[in-house]
Amino acid sequence: MVQNIIDVKNLSKSFDISSKEPGLKGTIKHFFRRQTKSLKVIKDISFEIKEGEIVGFLGANGAGKTTILKMLCGLIYPSEGSILVSGYLPFRRKENFLKNITLIMGQKQQLIWDLPPIESFYLNASIYDLDKFEAKKRIKKLSEMLEIDEELYIPVRKLSLGQRMKSELLAALIHEPNILFLDEPTLGLDINAQRNLRKFLQKYNKETNATICLTSHYMKDITSLCKRVICVHQGAISYDGKLDLLLKKLSPVKEILIVCRSEDDAIKLGNSGFTVKNKIKNEITIKIENKSITSSLKTILNNFDILDLFINEPPIDEIIGKVLIKKDYDI
Amino acid sequence: MNLRKYLKVYKKFLHTSLASELEYKTNILVDLITAILSLIGSIFLLSIFFQNNGYIGGWKFEQALIIQGIYTILNGITNTWFNPNLTEIVKHIREGTLDFVLIKPIDSQFFISLKKINPSGFLEIMLGFLLLFFCIRINQINLNLSFMTLSLITISCSICILYSLWFFISTTTIWFVKTWNATEVLRSFLYIGRFPLNSFSFSLRIFFSIFIPIAFITTIPSEVFLGLSQFWKILLEVIVASVFLITSRKFWLFALKFYTSASS
Repeated sequence: MVQNIIDVKNLSKSFDISSKEPGLKGTIKHFFRRQTKSLKVIKDISFEIKEGEIVGFLGANGAGKTTILKMLCGLIYPSEGSILVSGYLPFRRKENFLKNITLIMGQKQQLIWDLPPIESFYLNASIYDLDKFEAKKRIKKLSEMLEIDEELYIPVRKLSLGQRMKSELLAALIHEPNILFLDEPTLGLDINAQRNLRKFLQKYNKETNATICLTSHYMKDITSLCKRVICVHQGAISYDGKLDLLLKKLSPVKEILIVCRSEDDAIKLGNSGFTVKNKIKNEITIKIENKSITSSLKTILNNFDILDLFINEPPIDEIIGKVLIKKDYDI
Repeated sequence: MNLRKYLKVYKKFLHTSLASELEYKTNILVDLITAILSLIGSIFLLSIFFQNNGYIGGWKFEQALIIQGIYTILNGITNTWFNPNLTEIVKHIREGTLDFVLIKPIDSQFFISLKKINPSGFLEIMLGFLLLFFCIRINQINLNLSFMTLSLITISCSICILYSLWFFISTTTIWFVKTWNATEVLRSFLYIGRFPLNSFSFSLRIFFSIFIPIAFITTIPSEVFLGLSQFWKILLEVIVASVFLITSRKFWLFALKFYTSASS
């Protein structure tokens, strides 16, 4: 049986946040008498993650995804509740715990700006107590997986965003961590760079059985990497489960565009009991429930003269968008 | 603590920060020229103070040069290590890059205090030592074992006090986010350390000994050089340095509990 590597129970986090009124008067007031209030950004959440799982954290901006990730890494102290990661209390930041995890943030970098990435890799290797031979071996292996070579010797400031992100990944993985926390790792990358990064993460997970917790606003990252998603809405979990199930629940019907041989066939099909979305000459778009899609298509193909048909999946961004604004999805 | 690992990491810190600095040759050259001009300017200023009356606070010009020498060494240390690293703490906290330090299996205070060096500060340290050797000659100081030991102890304590003060102020960034001004105020106070403690009024002497112990930093080591030191003063400096060092460490660990990281 696969063991839980992350165990979170009734976790909450509050921050003191100050607010300021606009204008000069507001600024002066803010300077002399700052109004602060305690804001509960994470509200009593509980979940478990198994070893080797890739879990996507979904939520709108400010929903609390990054705060959860940072509490799991031990960067932020929780206000209430308990977290166990790999058997450790993260905020104690024990050496063996830190050797097991890594954090990659798409919008922040740890590489030394004026030097080639290879210098940062060897610096990290010494921090993780790796000898030169072992470090060299790991850099070679990871650079092959990430398909970077010459870039290792070019100053970071001269690298493209994609090359920099790959180097960031290498720097963060040199100690071969078991748990990866990725906060929007594909932010700002072009389509090819995003795809390469996803390919790399899939391969890394397969080869090392590492657990990956990922936040991203790019749905492609989530759909191609994560079987399970945790949706966070205003600091609370609104859904925790399989991504497939969520998509089915949120999008119970599919749209089918059918090209009939004649306009008469299209009219007949339209009158045969299906929900018609629109009809233009011999082309008709109907809506069919996911559960009856096979039988309905069989009926259509047997009874009507069909030239072609297309099944239109609703855009995933649109479906997920619904999750981000709703409070609860009970599936 | 694994000392071998920490030495290895520090070697890497030295290597990477030297390599980073050497990327900008002109900057290093300007820094070196500034260090030389700054020392010449300070000695010139000191000589003006001593022009009318050969003494300030009971110190002759040749004796006051020792204070200048120690100040130059400490200023060099500040410019080599404290300034590039401890001002970076503010940046780390504002931009949330302290996250990368905290998730590494290494002491965070060690990392943020020693990661960078500014090589041009080395010249100041060297100039300070040269000035001290010159002062040893003109003041006919006898170089014996007890003198060397006491000098080493008092200068080390001065470095600890200076570091702790700087680190303490930088740590407050966790709450106040921006504390550039506070470190600048500390730097300004440091200039006071170029003059003997006795040259100030009683109330200022108390202020610079108790509240901001700048006076300890240069005056007590200088007194050791001149054979004027009293045991209780040296002991007091050791106690002050230890208290400052321990307090700054505890304060850092306490402050980390309030670190909220920057939003993404």
